[in-house]
Amino acid sequence: MINLTIDRQQVSVEKGTPVLEAARKIGIDIPTLCYLKDLNAPAACRVCIVQVEGRPAFEASCVLPAEEGMVVHTNTPAVLAARKQVLELFLSDHPFECLTCERNLNCELQRLAKRYGIRDLPVEGERNHYPIDHVSPSVVREPDKCIRCRRCVSVCENYISANIYRMMDRSFQAVVGPAYNGSLMESPCIYCGQCITVCPTSALREQDSTARVFEALANPELHVVVQTAPSIRSSIAEEFGLPVGTPVEGQMVAALRRLGFDRVFDDCVAADICVIEEATEFMERLKKGGPFPQFTSCCPSWVLFCEKFYPQFVANLSEVKSPQQIFGALVKTYYAKRAGIDPAKIFVVSVMPCVSKKYELLRPEMKASGCQDIDAEISTREFVRMLFQAGLDIRKLPREEFDSPLGSASGAGVIFGSTGGVLEATLRTVYEWAGEKPLKRLEFEEVRSLEYKEAVIHAGPHELRVAVARGTGAARRLMDQVLAGKKRYHFVEVMACPGGCVGGGGQPIYIETNDWNEQVSHRTRRAGGLYQLDREREYRKAHENPVILKLYEEYLGRPGGPRAHKLFHSGHVSRKLYADEPLLKKERDLVRR
Amino acid sequence: MKRTAIKRKEKYQELDGVLEKYKGRKGVLIKALSEAQEMYGFLSREVLIHIACELDVPLSEVTSVVSFYSLFKTEPSGRCHIEICSGTACYVKGMQDLLETLEEEINIKPGEVTGDGRFGLSTVNCVGACSAAPVVKIGDELIGDVDSKRLKQLLGKYGHD
Amino acid sequence: MINLMTGLKERVAGTKPRERHLLLCGGVPCLSLGCRQVKEAVMRELDNYKLSGEIELLEAGCIGNCRLGPTLIVYPEGVVYRRLTVENAKEIIEGHVLGGRLLEHLLHRDDLTNEIQRRREDMPFYRKQQRLVLRNCGVIPPHIESYMSNQGYAALAKALTELSPGQVIEEILRSGLRGRGGGGFPTGRKWQAAREAEGPRKYVICNGDEGDPGAFMDRSIMEGDPHSVLEGMILAGYAVGAGQGYIYVRAEYPLAVRRLEDAIAEARKALLLGNNILRQGFSFDVEIRVGAGAFVCGEETALISSVEGTRGDPSPRPPFPVSKGVWGCPTVINNVETLANIPPIILNGGEWFSRIGTESSKGTKVFALAGKIRHSGLVEVPMGTTLREVIFEIAGGIPDNKEFKAAQTGGPSGGCLTTGHLDLPLDYESLREAGSIIGSGGLIVMDEDTCMVDVARYFSGFNRQESCGKCTTCRIGTKRMLEILEKIAGGRGTEEDLARLESLAELLRNASLCGLGRSAPNPVLSTLRHFRDEYLAHIREKRCPAGVCPDLTRHVIREERCRGCGLCHNICPAGAISKEGRTFRIDPDKCVDCSACVRECPFEAVRGRKRRKELTRA
Ligand SMILES: Cc1cc2nc3c(=O)[nH]c(=O)nc-3n(C[C@H](O)[C@H](O)[C@H](O)COP(=O)(O)O)c2cc1C
Ligand code: SF4
Ligand code: SF4
Ligand code: SF4
Ligand code: SF4
Ligand code: SF4
Ligand code: SF4
Ligand code: SF4
Ligand code: SF4
Ligand code: FES
Ligand code: FES
Ligand code: FES
Repeated sequence: MINLTIDRQQVSVEKGTPVLEAARKIGIDIPTLCYLKDLNAPAACRVCIVQVEGRPAFEASCVLPAEEGMVVHTNTPAVLAARKQVLELFLSDHPFECLTCERNLNCELQRLAKRYGIRDLPVEGERNHYPIDHVSPSVVREPDKCIRCRRCVSVCENYISANIYRMMDRSFQAVVGPAYNGSLMESPCIYCGQCITVCPTSALREQDSTARVFEALANPELHVVVQTAPSIRSSIAEEFGLPVGTPVEGQMVAALRRLGFDRVFDDCVAADICVIEEATEFMERLKKGGPFPQFTSCCPSWVLFCEKFYPQFVANLSEVKSPQQIFGALVKTYYAKRAGIDPAKIFVVSVMPCVSKKYELLRPEMKASGCQDIDAEISTREFVRMLFQAGLDIRKLPREEFDSPLGSASGAGVIFGSTGGVLEATLRTVYEWAGEKPLKRLEFEEVRSLEYKEAVIHAGPHELRVAVARGTGAARRLMDQVLAGKKRYHFVEVMACPGGCVGGGGQPIYIETNDWNEQVSHRTRRAGGLYQLDREREYRKAHENPVILKLYEEYLGRPGGPRAHKLFHSGHVSRKLYADEPLLKKERDLVRR
Repeated sequence: MKRTAIKRKEKYQELDGVLEKYKGRKGVLIKALSEAQEMYGFLSREVLIHIACELDVPLSEVTSVVSFYSLFKTEPSGRCHIEICSGTACYVKGMQDLLETLEEEINIKPGEVTGDGRFGLSTVNCVGACSAAPVVKIGDELIGDVDSKRLKQLLGKYGHD
Repeated sequence: MINLMTGLKERVAGTKPRERHLLLCGGVPCLSLGCRQVKEAVMRELDNYKLSGEIELLEAGCIGNCRLGPTLIVYPEGVVYRRLTVENAKEIIEGHVLGGRLLEHLLHRDDLTNEIQRRREDMPFYRKQQRLVLRNCGVIPPHIESYMSNQGYAALAKALTELSPGQVIEEILRSGLRGRGGGGFPTGRKWQAAREAEGPRKYVICNGDEGDPGAFMDRSIMEGDPHSVLEGMILAGYAVGAGQGYIYVRAEYPLAVRRLEDAIAEARKALLLGNNILRQGFSFDVEIRVGAGAFVCGEETALISSVEGTRGDPSPRPPFPVSKGVWGCPTVINNVETLANIPPIILNGGEWFSRIGTESSKGTKVFALAGKIRHSGLVEVPMGTTLREVIFEIAGGIPDNKEFKAAQTGGPSGGCLTTGHLDLPLDYESLREAGSIIGSGGLIVMDEDTCMVDVARYFSGFNRQESCGKCTTCRIGTKRMLEILEKIAGGRGTEEDLARLESLAELLRNASLCGLGRSAPNPVLSTLRHFRDEYLAHIREKRCPAGVCPDLTRHVIREERCRGCGLCHNICPAGAISKEGRTFRIDPDKCVDCSACVRECPFEAVRGRKRRKELTRA
């Protein structure tokens, strides 16, 4: 342990602890913009500067290791004035658009400007001006609002391993962006949206689809149907002042009805179907002897990652679509027929913790019903915005039930949203199909150095090696091990986001902490309780869910059969990493929907 | 995708010879880029994508590096490239007059190429011949103690009338 | 050690140049003045007279007094012929080499006394120097045989056979040698820290980035005496326990790269690099890394990133390179000149070295003189020599009867010294106190025609352009400082702007991530300190006293030159010129800037309005 003095108080910390963390231990909150503990510490923003006695200049406390006997001042007038000046410099190269900005009141730069009482700018001058990149279906970049913190660089490099962002150029005009500071569409971005969730400002944000949804709702010609992903029912709670992660399923359904949706369905049913189809595919591979590992395919970002970065594994991807798409296909066929509505007149909206689904629904093969299966996706953030606009307060609404006939899901469908959930849900079925014994809770062994978990289970005659990779970065390492012949698996679940979909790129952005792990756990806690919901379910296995059984009986035929195949399966292709020609401005405008 | 990759391969055979020796080695990106620039005069998007794919480095990283170092060019220059030293010694000794002369004579500013593609112009931070300031580099030739008159003569020598 | 050296000498088969030989300066300044063509002409003449077999023509690195270039020295007399052209080649061979005649018109004459100076030793430029680092520069060709015949690699042989690594470090500590790259950190202490640091491997990097525009001593050493740098590196490697070295050279120095490559090949062949050096069980090899145009890459953490093949983005220290450098391993980074000092220290002892220079700054320092100075070139003097001695006694003062105004040291990180500092001893501490730094040793002399606001603006523009853009204060701050300076230079400044400038400067200095941002304000602060009047003239009187800032200059008649002939008065279309006493004067309110008077005046007495715009770099 090391002893130092911060603002006249003694504090002991472990060797190597940054002064900033040491100060936090005694209740001093040093402001930060670029620092995100355990993810990013480039020492770039300079708002965390402190004075250390005996040093000629200020030091950035986020990277300054505490030393024995160090005497630190974090709040002298000189330090405060310098921090203020740093912020003034930031603002002198920043558009003053808070009122019309998506991150208004949830922006780290704005918050610091308030905290340090910035009233005007003593020095002003030329500002950088870069075009907004609104071309990609999922992520919008507005470089003018970028504060060059590099958090997006770190998350995309270390966690997602897509390496989209870097610092481009140098000097005043240096900016963080994809190659050539061009469009994400020209890069191998997989649209997971993790960069959005760490961006302190509105330089990165989702493609906003709320306007399209409101438009559809206003159109009397359309029958507007909504499906909600498992985690939404609890991740919206705190935005309405409820404790984090409070399940508000019934109130959410009520809110959606009041927004004007004609039918409110639970997406978990589609997850159940997904489980059954994947399990069927897996049984078939067991019979045929491969190819192994079978990779899950319900995360569009992961699928895209595999198609772009590891085309040699494309055949290993399960052919089953994601629950969102299964659901869309189902609504526009089965439901349309039963309800007697022309599928072309049905507008299907999904509410997801994800921004990648915005991209997924545009993939050309997602037209199993003959028209686009899903018409629009809104992320949790957009959903909350819609509720605010409509003046719908979750706390004040009654509980209502999802609409049937696509009613209640099994517990397996519910845990889909959590990491390892897809694998476990599928194994519950596989296990019984292969071994005819019920599976208890799946226990994983952490493969810490590789950031993924693996387990061996014995199902009947089979010894199945399975693994779960959190983040495509971990998936990359896992695949490299497989390619090098060092590991062999039968079944691998990959989710692009930390903690799976509950930690998705569309979840509310939480800026109360500058610790990456805390941010992630906050996101997942919001949507936590999924396992509890699972335990509370009457049916916990997909293949036992009577709703599903009925569906197969009435409409789909056998799992993996021709109709299921037509609706729920899709092929995958290998894709080029980089566009040979950059998009022209004209093309950009065309691509924008 | 496959087809374009094959086409690229044929086109960059010469470059591949260079990249081959760098494959799998650490810290070689700048070297590879320099050699590529020497080969083609500038670094086109296509060349950079090729390097990114062959060396297994993200394109973002490649362009980040290229845009950081001032000697990497992403656009072709004129057939005859003129560099004017803008280091302190040359500045003090009147390099600005030389820039003005060039603007008058061939109507270009640093970073530009003449309409006929004959001359390109850029500035450079000190070439280390400060005692002969101001210094100009035309093609591979370094010329010290240049004044406007001399510069005009040199332009003539390189084909300006 | 003796055996080792003899064996070594046999291996490189050193040939001593014959008595009669010619030495031509092949340094870059001389190259730019046409020495290559002179060389070809001399070779042709030697051929003509069938002398090529007999008389060797050697090419050395910079001889120092570049203003005399291209230069040819005829040995054994050591006669220096200067400012040669192709036509002179025949004369020299016919006249001097064959005819034994001295060619007076090709000899240098003293600028003031007009006295003929035949040999280097006759010139005050060389007489007052103490050439330690430059011992071989311009004296011998940059090849291993010549280097070895001048005690080259003797220090290495001594260290490998007689000294332990610890003893080498002790010797360096005793010498008091401090880094010549700008920081002035004691080299021995750096080595010691690297020796003690733990890591799987260790590295030595020679910092040959020399980004300071106006400095060129590192280049001259790398080109003129590459083996001394290599020997210094090998000794550093031996002392700290490193097995691999990198020389980081900027791409603007292609000749230096070539010379170093040749030197490395020669040294490898002589078993001085590679496995088991001189069969003494120590292995060390060197690789060259070429930069690609970024000043910040001279900063050590940025340099490490660049050696690793990425952007030269600096990173916070600690960890310092001595504990975590290239590839995360302990790394010693030393400047070229620092390393070139190592062999003589090991050979002659630290004690010997510490007797040169001042109390806190030991040894000599090489200065690169440029700008408004008669003898621009390389000057090496003991630390503590005064500015006056360097500028006036060695380098001949200011040309064209102009007044000395300031000397800029330390480049974009440094500051200005003024007439008040002429008797200041040039050492680390004195310069720091005067608000400047020795830096790498670039010394740009400025005369009365230099505007100090413009100088501040120039350096701010440089720093703005070279900022890596990583940290806020430097990325935006350098830009804002430049904008304020442009405002002042454009006559739109206010006195509040000066306060803003100072407070921004303070912020950059205190809160930036790396040395570039921390020292970027120095040129501004130092000119503000010493030339505040000039700033105020721009602000209050909207006047640029030196007549440089374009927006603040007018057509004026220089009284001292005007002979009152009235030609300008006759031609002025605006009737702006009228007689005033003995001379004429221009009424600025009437003048329409047509410049007819400038062209008309036979005595160049009219100074025209500058139309110059901001320096665009690309
Ligand atoms: C912006 C900046 C540029 C620098 N440029 C150089 C350079 O060109 N050459 C050099 O030797 N040191 C340069 N330095 C100093 C180096 O960081 C480092 O201190 C030095 O190379 C150490 O060697 P020394 O101890 O032998 O001086 C620079 C420092 C900064 C902050
Ligand atoms: S990013 Fe933040 S500071 Fe910038 S306009 Fe938006 S809310 Fe305001
Ligand atoms: S915060 Fe201030 S500027 Fe913004 S809306 Fe309110 S009063 Fe107006
Ligand atoms: S969306 Fe995901 S892949 Fe795309 S840039 Fe952001 S973090 Fe990287
Ligand atoms: S885009 Fe956002 S996260 Fe990325 S560097 Fe800019 S401000 Fe930071
Ligand atoms: S993990 Fe879930 S939230 Fe994240 S990209 Fe994949 S599907 Fe979307
Ligand atoms: S001070 Fe300037 S050069 Fe140094 S890290 Fe900051 S921006 Fe880059
Ligand atoms: S510049 Fe033209 S108008 Fe002005 S004083 Fe000279 S001649 Fe007259
Ligand atoms: S022409 Fe020249 S010398 Fe004659 S009066 Fe005018 S300024 Fe004076
Ligand atoms: S520099 Fe410490 S938080 Fe940005
Ligand atoms: S300043 Fe031009 S060569 Fe050095
Ligand atoms: S280059 Fe020839 S004397 Fe300096």
